[in-house]
Amino acid sequence: MSGALAPARGSAMNEPAVLARDLTRTFGRFVAVDRVTFSVARGEVYGFLGPNGAGKTTTIRMLTGLLRPSAGEGRVAGVDIAGDTRELRRRIGYMSQKFSLYTDLTVAENIELFAGLYGVHGARFRERRAWVLAMAGLEGRERRLVADLPLGWKQRLALGCAVLHEPPILFLDEPTSGVDPVARRAFWDLIDGLAAGGTTVLVSTHYMEEAEYCHRLMLMNRGWVIAEGTPAELRARMAEPILEVETDDAPRAVEALAGAPGVLEAAMFGRAVQVVVRDEAEARAVIPAVLAAHGRAVGEMRRVPPSLEDVFVSLVRREGGAAPG
Amino acid sequence: MLSAQRLLAVARKEWIQLRRDRRSMILAFALPVFLLLFFGQAINWDVTDIPLAVRDEDRTQRSRALVEAFEESGYFRVAEWLERRGDAEARLARGVVTGVLIIPAGFARDLAAGRPAPVQLLLDGGDANTATIALNYADAIAARFSRDVLLEGRRVEAPVTAETRVWYNPTLESRHMIVPGLIAVIMSIIAAMLTALTIAREWERGTMEQLAATPVHRLEVVFGKLLPYVAIGLFDVAVATVAGVLVFGVPFNGSVVLLAAMTLLFLLGALGLGIFISAAVRSQVLAMQVAMVATYLPALLLSGFLYDVAGMPRVLQAVSYIIPARYYIAVTRGVFLKGVGLETLWIQGVFMVAFAAVGLGLATAAFRKRIA
Repeated sequence: MSGALAPARGSAMNEPAVLARDLTRTFGRFVAVDRVTFSVARGEVYGFLGPNGAGKTTTIRMLTGLLRPSAGEGRVAGVDIAGDTRELRRRIGYMSQKFSLYTDLTVAENIELFAGLYGVHGARFRERRAWVLAMAGLEGRERRLVADLPLGWKQRLALGCAVLHEPPILFLDEPTSGVDPVARRAFWDLIDGLAAGGTTVLVSTHYMEEAEYCHRLMLMNRGWVIAEGTPAELRARMAEPILEVETDDAPRAVEALAGAPGVLEAAMFGRAVQVVVRDEAEARAVIPAVLAAHGRAVGEMRRVPPSLEDVFVSLVRREGGAAPG
Repeated sequence: MLSAQRLLAVARKEWIQLRRDRRSMILAFALPVFLLLFFGQAINWDVTDIPLAVRDEDRTQRSRALVEAFEESGYFRVAEWLERRGDAEARLARGVVTGVLIIPAGFARDLAAGRPAPVQLLLDGGDANTATIALNYADAIAARFSRDVLLEGRRVEAPVTAETRVWYNPTLESRHMIVPGLIAVIMSIIAAMLTALTIAREWERGTMEQLAATPVHRLEVVFGKLLPYVAIGLFDVAVATVAGVLVFGVPFNGSVVLLAAMTLLFLLGALGLGIFISAAVRSQVLAMQVAMVATYLPALLLSGFLYDVAGMPRVLQAVSYIIPARYYIAVTRGVFLKGVGLETLWIQGVFMVAFAAVGLGLATAAFRKRIA
């Protein structure tokens, strides 16, 4: 009990916070996660990005000891995930995909419950309780039933309950799904704060813009890792240039450009059109010609950096598969 | 490495949730007492005041004396005097009366002449139990009437007389038997239903995943959840016992401590069974239905509450060994009526320890912290 937060026996300080090697999980004949290998350094914010069904939740569940891997191995905070799961759980915090605090308990009762389960008591409990209430902005609302709280507050309370015991590693499975953009931004500020305090955070999301907040991330699709790296590295891996074209009628321009030679994809971007092309020089010649042939006016054309969504779609295309959803 | 603190954290949470859930509160506190008061009042196996139609074709002092003998016994009550013999069938068929007594003309004359004087009793055999009892009463009344006629007031000692004495329930009131049994039947059903929801609810609401990701041990979850319900069960049995004594006048001859200890064992098993069902099916609706089916009919039919186990077909007798209510009924009846102690009830005690171990073992085994 007393050593709950001490480093694991025999784990050197240079051992990564999380280490996974060929982690695989099958359900019957369906392969949910296929040979996933990665490591996360201490204090890093590591993201799992991908559409629903990509294997993000299954990966997190294996790392938290909630699912047994079918093959492969993993170490979290120096503990084997196939071994003593209770030892593992003392060292991690976990917030599941679905909001899962007790809605028929009050804010304070939820905090007390998880403090009891994590063995946080005495002066440390009072201190942590105050910290959670302040962090979640719930001071003065301790006696409110959780069911009556707006979702953004519920999520912050759930985060607070997950880190009551100050775990060195925190797993967040789509913590912001369903939360409005402002609350989402506020939630990420909390994650940044925890990471700055030395907590290693593993977070899954299907919001592409959230992925930009991660120090490093893994792009997943259909159980596979399709790329891994920092947001900048991932953007650099996108070989195909993207041109933003100003035109008078974006929807018609997209129609006209679809299937044009050298054009891989065309999509509206505000009042302009973004075109993923095979070769920039070729495209600069082809696009004005095609648009002119369709009677569209062509304005300025400029190369733009890819978003992570572009990277994702491009990498899936390169793999030869289609990105679902 | 179990921690009392974690166990109490779960128990406390469970108690708060229970307190805020009106359905559970009714199930836990109102329903058991209501069922006991209602069924304790409604169920009555005593056969008295059997409604009788009488066709007296003799119309003599003797024939009237025979009818009076039926009435004075307390078991029969004359509901109707028939004008014609032919009405008898219609009365029985409509169920207005359970029996028809026909005294033919010449009854008094035959008796006076010392000839056999047959009377006819038609009984509605639709309820075989009542009919059999009525038949036995009628035979006894007729035999006694005959003896009085033969003796004509002289005193003669019968060569053999059976001096019967009924123990434990001297007035043979079925209610004294029903109420302790009913307590056992009601608690079997209530206990399983109370806990049937607890784990399934957590799976349905997704709270189990959060709970499972904490260092809590499954034994801490199972026992933490059990604790409030054990307290409620003991409270219910205490209230039911007081109600049985005060409202129904059932004698309480045994030891309160023994009843409490045996109740505790019984509750551990019965509540554990509910948790097992809940953890196994992971759906509140299904868990409730399974708990009903698994406890209701067995507790009612195979426990010895309605039918004596010794009188059941062998197969059912064998099945009754795994019905915990069977042992608990023996305990409640034994403690209430017979005032017996552990010297007699230790067998039930052993079976209930086994039952508690199995119930809790199944509950713990079925409760997995892994999601799949």
